[in-house]
Amino acid sequence: MAQERKIGDVILRVDDISLSFGGVKALSNISFDVKEHEVRAIIGPNGAGKSSMLNVINGFYHPQEGTITYLGNTRRQMKPHEAARQGIARTFQNIALFKGMSTLDNIMTGRNTMMKKGLFWQALNLGPARKEEMEHRQAVERIIEFLEIEHIRKTPVGRLPYGLQKRVELGRALAAEPSLLLLDEPMAGMNIEEKEDMCRFVLDVNDEFGTTIVLIEHDMGVVMDISDRVVVLDYGCKLADGTPDEVRSNKEVIDAYLGVSHD
Amino acid sequence: MLFLAETVISGLMAGVMYALVALGFVLIFKASGIFNFAQGVMCLFAALALFDFISPGGFMDRWFGFYLPIWLGVIATMGVMIILAWMIERFVLRFLVNQDAIILFMATIGLAYFLEGAGDIMFGSDVKPLDIGIPQGAVDFLLDDYGLYIEKLEIVAAVTATVLVIVLAIFFQKTRVGRALRAVADDHQAALSVGISLHSIWVVVWSVAGIVALVAGIMWGSKSGVQFSLSLIALKALPVLILGGFTSVPGAIIGGLIIGVGEKLAEVYVGPFVGGAIENWFAYVLALVFLVFRPQGLFGEKIIERV
Amino acid sequence: MFYRESGQFKTSYQTDQAIFPIAQDRWFVYAILAIAVFVVPFYIDDYWANAIFLPFLIYALAAMGLNILTGYCGQLSLGTGGFMAVGAYATYKLMTMFPEMNFILIILLSGGITAMVGILFGIPSLRIKGFYLAVATLAAQFFLVWLFNKVGWFYNYSASGQISATRMVMFGFQITGPEAAPAVKYLFCLGFVLVFGLIAKNIARGRIGRAWMAIRDMDIAAEIIGIKPLDAKLGAFAVSSFYIGMSGSLYFAVWLGAAEVGEAFGISQSFLILFIVIIGGLGTVLGSFLGAAFMVLMPILLKNFMVDGLSIMAVTAKHVEIMLMGTMIIIFLIVEPHGFARLWQITKEKLRLWPFPH
Repeated sequence: MAQERKIGDVILRVDDISLSFGGVKALSNISFDVKEHEVRAIIGPNGAGKSSMLNVINGFYHPQEGTITYLGNTRRQMKPHEAARQGIARTFQNIALFKGMSTLDNIMTGRNTMMKKGLFWQALNLGPARKEEMEHRQAVERIIEFLEIEHIRKTPVGRLPYGLQKRVELGRALAAEPSLLLLDEPMAGMNIEEKEDMCRFVLDVNDEFGTTIVLIEHDMGVVMDISDRVVVLDYGCKLADGTPDEVRSNKEVIDAYLGVSHD
Repeated sequence: MLFLAETVISGLMAGVMYALVALGFVLIFKASGIFNFAQGVMCLFAALALFDFISPGGFMDRWFGFYLPIWLGVIATMGVMIILAWMIERFVLRFLVNQDAIILFMATIGLAYFLEGAGDIMFGSDVKPLDIGIPQGAVDFLLDDYGLYIEKLEIVAAVTATVLVIVLAIFFQKTRVGRALRAVADDHQAALSVGISLHSIWVVVWSVAGIVALVAGIMWGSKSGVQFSLSLIALKALPVLILGGFTSVPGAIIGGLIIGVGEKLAEVYVGPFVGGAIENWFAYVLALVFLVFRPQGLFGEKIIERV
Repeated sequence: MFYRESGQFKTSYQTDQAIFPIAQDRWFVYAILAIAVFVVPFYIDDYWANAIFLPFLIYALAAMGLNILTGYCGQLSLGTGGFMAVGAYATYKLMTMFPEMNFILIILLSGGITAMVGILFGIPSLRIKGFYLAVATLAAQFFLVWLFNKVGWFYNYSASGQISATRMVMFGFQITGPEAAPAVKYLFCLGFVLVFGLIAKNIARGRIGRAWMAIRDMDIAAEIIGIKPLDAKLGAFAVSSFYIGMSGSLYFAVWLGAAEVGEAFGISQSFLILFIVIIGGLGTVLGSFLGAAFMVLMPILLKNFMVDGLSIMAVTAKHVEIMLMGTMIIIFLIVEPHGFARLWQITKEKLRLWPFPH
């Protein structure tokens, strides 16, 4: 089914990205591209630089070398909130929700960039501001329904179990109606059932909204099932790039994952 | 030129005092993450207690008819500060473990109010000259040979502070308790998991901070008498924390010296043009300007933020 | 038994997002408002106005301001006293320069001026966080007090260095000055507090409030989902200072009538407002009222109890009062670190289940 979707043109291309902290090289000369509507996976052992790569794409880390071309604009660095405004949303490996706020409010913040009404109207809570709030509330309710989290709408997210928090975080990212969604280990620490749910959500998002997805995942079964193309990183270098089948049969990848004796 | 030298030196000496107070803040913040606003009042409290142990006409003299020799008085006051530390842990901190930093901060302001009121009731609120035998007046040979006017008291303060810092450094590096303290400062939970008792560590660290407060209290008290304004030097020591960082002992010392010198220079060379009395805020502005160029403070490492 | 939400169905998102979604809450609030507006003014005298109601209202307004900054946006500030001073001195200058100006306009302008000063002193918040910022805001506190003390222009070069409010009349009622009727002063302040209380609530539950809370809970994540830290933080400083400036203005012009900067706007003022916010409950508008009531009433009760009840000398009583204040604050923080607002919420939840607690 994933193959039936129409994969479009390249919307994101990273070229020769190098990133280091002090003397430690986190990424060296990484290049790959992401096409519209596809599910692109980044895999690799711990410390391979996967999360750093996402951080570079959405402007949180600034690479020393290389460029990122997104929707035709080429740049080396940008502020994270600029990336967000251009339609890049993401979730985090260690959940980064706003713990003191309810599920509803958390997802509503995802739409903050789309809300325009100023302080004055908001202070009075009249007319335009109120109308705007209600429109966005409706959109958020659709997401809440889609993710099946109606029952925790008003619960402060700090009190939710891990699996649900991950779901709320996905909701917050979706609320921004992104054209590119970055998911950092969306299924880490989940049990089989939760994983299946999450896979379903990711595929549905991709299917229904046509959102392009770049995800990092450790569960190879999941990656091979849901992704169109896979990039493999190891020690900050690109090891392989291709369809799940190509990657699976790549000798270097097998070596990196299974370990090989160099004698 | 001579005047400049005098200004710088007296600034350095004031800086030593700030550093001593800042050191008390840093010790507690490092070990428990608490911004202890009561540090200044602790200086006042310690100085008051010492005064009442050793002075004719003090609390002890009035109630028991005798007073202690200075050395015994200092030891007794240390005892008082340790008891105080224990009480703070037992009756306040123990109940506030795992609360937000701002709640703990507020609690220490409550503590400051309590100590301030208690100090006034027990010891009275008039200015008390504290004389523990530190020589007064200028250092003679400097005045005679070079024309430099430097207070003996300031030299004593500088030497004492140096000794204190060395003793603390040895305490932290070489003793078992010191290692435990550093472990707690690094990571509370990890320290707990290897069997370090947070309660006793807190008592130790508040005791040490109390003793540092006593030293600072003695120095300030000898200089300008023991009075309420002593508790306000805490406010003067706060910019030192921005400059040196809340967790850095060397930062507190160097920061204190920079603030001390900067403040004195500004007072002398800038103050007259803007109406004077700028020492209340100048240190803050100095610290803020510094931050613009080096947000991580003097000794802080650049933090790599992760998500 | 009577406090139930069952049977009250919300049929639109609008009713669901009302400030008091539960009908009983609504009636309770209406009742209190009715008493505040229609009953209190007829019984209020100078003592009740000056000792209780005016400080309560004015501190509640200041606390709302600080709550916006600290409770909602997570930026700890110790400069409240300094910002109140800005409001007060702005009011004084406007009063004396433009005696004909509408008093309400003067207060709003004073708030606006304070907002600009607040933005200026909020700039460090873009680079530093937490206690570093708290200490940095002390710079505002000390600098502003020094400024109003040293620069004669601000107090019109009066010999005493004091500022005193000129006579202000609106709709035929005198609002400032010793001859002003307590009921008029009270209603004037009440009006401000109610209007701006509502506004605070509206801002806090909308887009801007969510941006503030996002910055408070996790600033990095907030930036990554598109919230500009610059806008959110400086916005919080501006709105917060606006409130605090207005309260400083009312504090000086309506309540005190005359003020000397070091005494009226010192650092203890900053701490008082911070206590109100924390004891009331961080991040709640309701808490600002509850905290203000507590901090206004407690010293009076303590003092009455000690001086009249135990006949302790007034001087000693002052020290004991400070000591007891400290103790009460610590006890309160231990018992309920989330403040009165949380206690209130817990009570409501219990009430909902009563008489069947399980």
